[in-house]
Amino acid sequence: MTAETVIGAVPAQAEFRACQYTGLKVDTAAQALIKANAVAAVVFLAIGGLMGLLVALTRWPAVHLLPADWFYLILTGHGANVLLFWIIFFEIAVLYFASAILLNSRIAAPKLAWVGFVMMVVGAIATNVAVLQGDSSVMFTSYPPMKAQPHFYLGLILFAVGALIGCAIFFATLAIAKEERTYDGSIPLVTFGALTAAIIAVFTIASGAIILIPTWLWSLGLISDIDPLMYRVVWWAMGHSSQQINVSAHVSLWYLTAALLVGAKPLSEKVSRTAFFMYILFLQLASAHHLLADPALDASWKIVNTSYMMYLAVLGSMVHGLTVPGAIEAAQRRNGFNRGVFEWLRKAPWGHPAFAGMFLSLVFFGFIGGISGVVLGTEQLNVLMHNTIYVPGHFHGTVVAGTTLAFMGATYLVLPLVFEREILWPKLAKMQPYLFGIGAAGISLFMMGAGTLGVPRRHWDITFSDASLGFAHSAGAFLMMGLNGIFAIIAAIGGIIFILVVVGTVFFGEKITAGHKLTFPLHAGGGAVASHYGSEKAPKLPGTVILVAIFFVCFVLYYFINWKYLSELWLFR
Amino acid sequence: MAVTPPEQRIWWNEPIERVELVWVIIAFLWGLFMFGFMIAWHFIGQQNLSKEAYRIAPSAYEAKVDEFAKKFQVREEQGIPVVKPQAGTDVYLLGRLWQWWPILELEKGVSYRIHLSSIDWLHGFSLQPVNINIQVHPGYEHVISLTPTQSGEFGIICNEFCGIGHHTMTGKIYVTEQKRAEAEARLPGGR
Repeated sequence: MTAETVIGAVPAQAEFRACQYTGLKVDTAAQALIKANAVAAVVFLAIGGLMGLLVALTRWPAVHLLPADWFYLILTGHGANVLLFWIIFFEIAVLYFASAILLNSRIAAPKLAWVGFVMMVVGAIATNVAVLQGDSSVMFTSYPPMKAQPHFYLGLILFAVGALIGCAIFFATLAIAKEERTYDGSIPLVTFGALTAAIIAVFTIASGAIILIPTWLWSLGLISDIDPLMYRVVWWAMGHSSQQINVSAHVSLWYLTAALLVGAKPLSEKVSRTAFFMYILFLQLASAHHLLADPALDASWKIVNTSYMMYLAVLGSMVHGLTVPGAIEAAQRRNGFNRGVFEWLRKAPWGHPAFAGMFLSLVFFGFIGGISGVVLGTEQLNVLMHNTIYVPGHFHGTVVAGTTLAFMGATYLVLPLVFEREILWPKLAKMQPYLFGIGAAGISLFMMGAGTLGVPRRHWDITFSDASLGFAHSAGAFLMMGLNGIFAIIAAIGGIIFILVVVGTVFFGEKITAGHKLTFPLHAGGGAVASHYGSEKAPKLPGTVILVAIFFVCFVLYYFINWKYLSELWLFR
Repeated sequence: MAVTPPEQRIWWNEPIERVELVWVIIAFLWGLFMFGFMIAWHFIGQQNLSKEAYRIAPSAYEAKVDEFAKKFQVREEQGIPVVKPQAGTDVYLLGRLWQWWPILELEKGVSYRIHLSSIDWLHGFSLQPVNINIQVHPGYEHVISLTPTQSGEFGIICNEFCGIGHHTMTGKIYVTEQKRAEAEARLPGGR
């Protein structure tokens, strides 16, 4: 049976253009889909990002911008727009790129892919409408018995089904590419990573459907009752696992960016692919991360689940934490930057916004998001931080300073290579990843600091001025929330520059013609490295070893500091 | 790519770089340690969340808390009873829109069985500035044996979003120093 008969009416004919920078064959139908998904992603980033700024300015006690009802409304919208819509639209673009473009293949069923895209757009709009109407301020997590309008849930369901179609198109394109022999041997590592993301996405969306469909029926009055604990167990199989789609996707983009910009090959394909494989096997266990402080759940289940089965998925991320900088070091040494321990790093293309975004994402994701995630997800330590603003601190380290920054960096490759436009305002573009990265790292750290001092998340007024029994947080907590506001402004400036550069480039950037020299050039042969299978041969990595050692020491110290905090708490069992 | 020698085609047959292998082993052992440490803390640690919980109808829980408050009430503060339960007894705390009810007065160094539940939406029990944070569900009565180790006045805030009044949801726990003679009688060889 051919792929066509499996998938249905697939046009065997597709139009291609040849990319002058990477040598790749680009299916124009895939290119149009990548453009549409990337544009939708950026639109929702702009909306959700602005909402994020309003949230941060309200939580800055000295500013306290929005009234309470607006604050909870905007916070609900912020979560849905950036955590779901921005990231998933971009990921669908990544899936189409990693299948059709990297494998020199035509994309499967482009018309069906457009149907999926339209469903995602309609769903995202429906949910936004429900939120803005004001009676669905239930937060992104929408825990029952708190109830939103039916179209809040229906929008999410539509969006998820559209995304599922995107995953199906990705799998079908892999099948077509294999059958039509558009590549030799194993798929390239970047495609392998994207495959990981797509497999996790299917699991995630299934979990989402299992819980959101009954919740939608409940909001319509067709089901009488949703058990709140059951909801949290299943919802988080979507809510946390969907963040593992992001991890797989942005790690793939780290490898892609490193390949395109410095010609980096993985140190060994086996190790990097096994690390991705660990994600498929274990990362999606993570729903317990949110249930460690819940009643009735057994400690043995919590321990196995929260540690992703003995930290085997964390092992995967720690492996990428060595192999990504290691691949860059090896490639840079091949490129001639071989002096001393760190010449390779000093002379890396820091002025290229794609590289800056990628490398800062790697550092922040590991040091801030990764370490705090393990600590937060440790069974007993969780009681110190559960539902405090430490939790948003952690996930802004992963999905903002990690995923979003990596996606922004990748956008500086998408603009010239897919939209075929020269980047407008290159000086602004150069600064952008640094501004956004420092802002995002700052908000993560200061929210974590405030959470350690007990500041609650999703809370309009930490002065408790309207409460009958007053309570005062420490001065340190207020300082942290103020610093959080300042760094949110820095991140917002970086975000606004990003939107300006992207929109400006798409509409007014110089059209790239044959022989055009890119402002931000690729590494010669980078396209071939990214799209082919192959490991580095016998590299020396003294710089990477030092970086990884620093990371490990920070990890161990921070882990034990938190156990010390825990041991000083009141006793409970 | 035509000029490069043929590469191995099957990824699981690739050799592993030495530096990678060393890091994989270190990271694996560290993961194993962290996994083991969570288990170990159940034996060596004094802070482990109880899994003791019962299904209960919100109205039944409300009735239990009312009865408890009536029995041990010592005074009133802003219309809310302050309840001083006997040492070592069952203590009931209720989360609802938007307060923690009643106010508790406990003794330092004494263990209490604290019952936690909600009668409406999800709430987050957050004891401050101690920073103990526990999720509270309607329909589930969670029982935790809690021993205060500090005396003074402590706030309970809500850190699970529970609607428009969420930021006004507070409660209070007083912890008093126990008299020495009583303490010795009660806890032989105690802390």
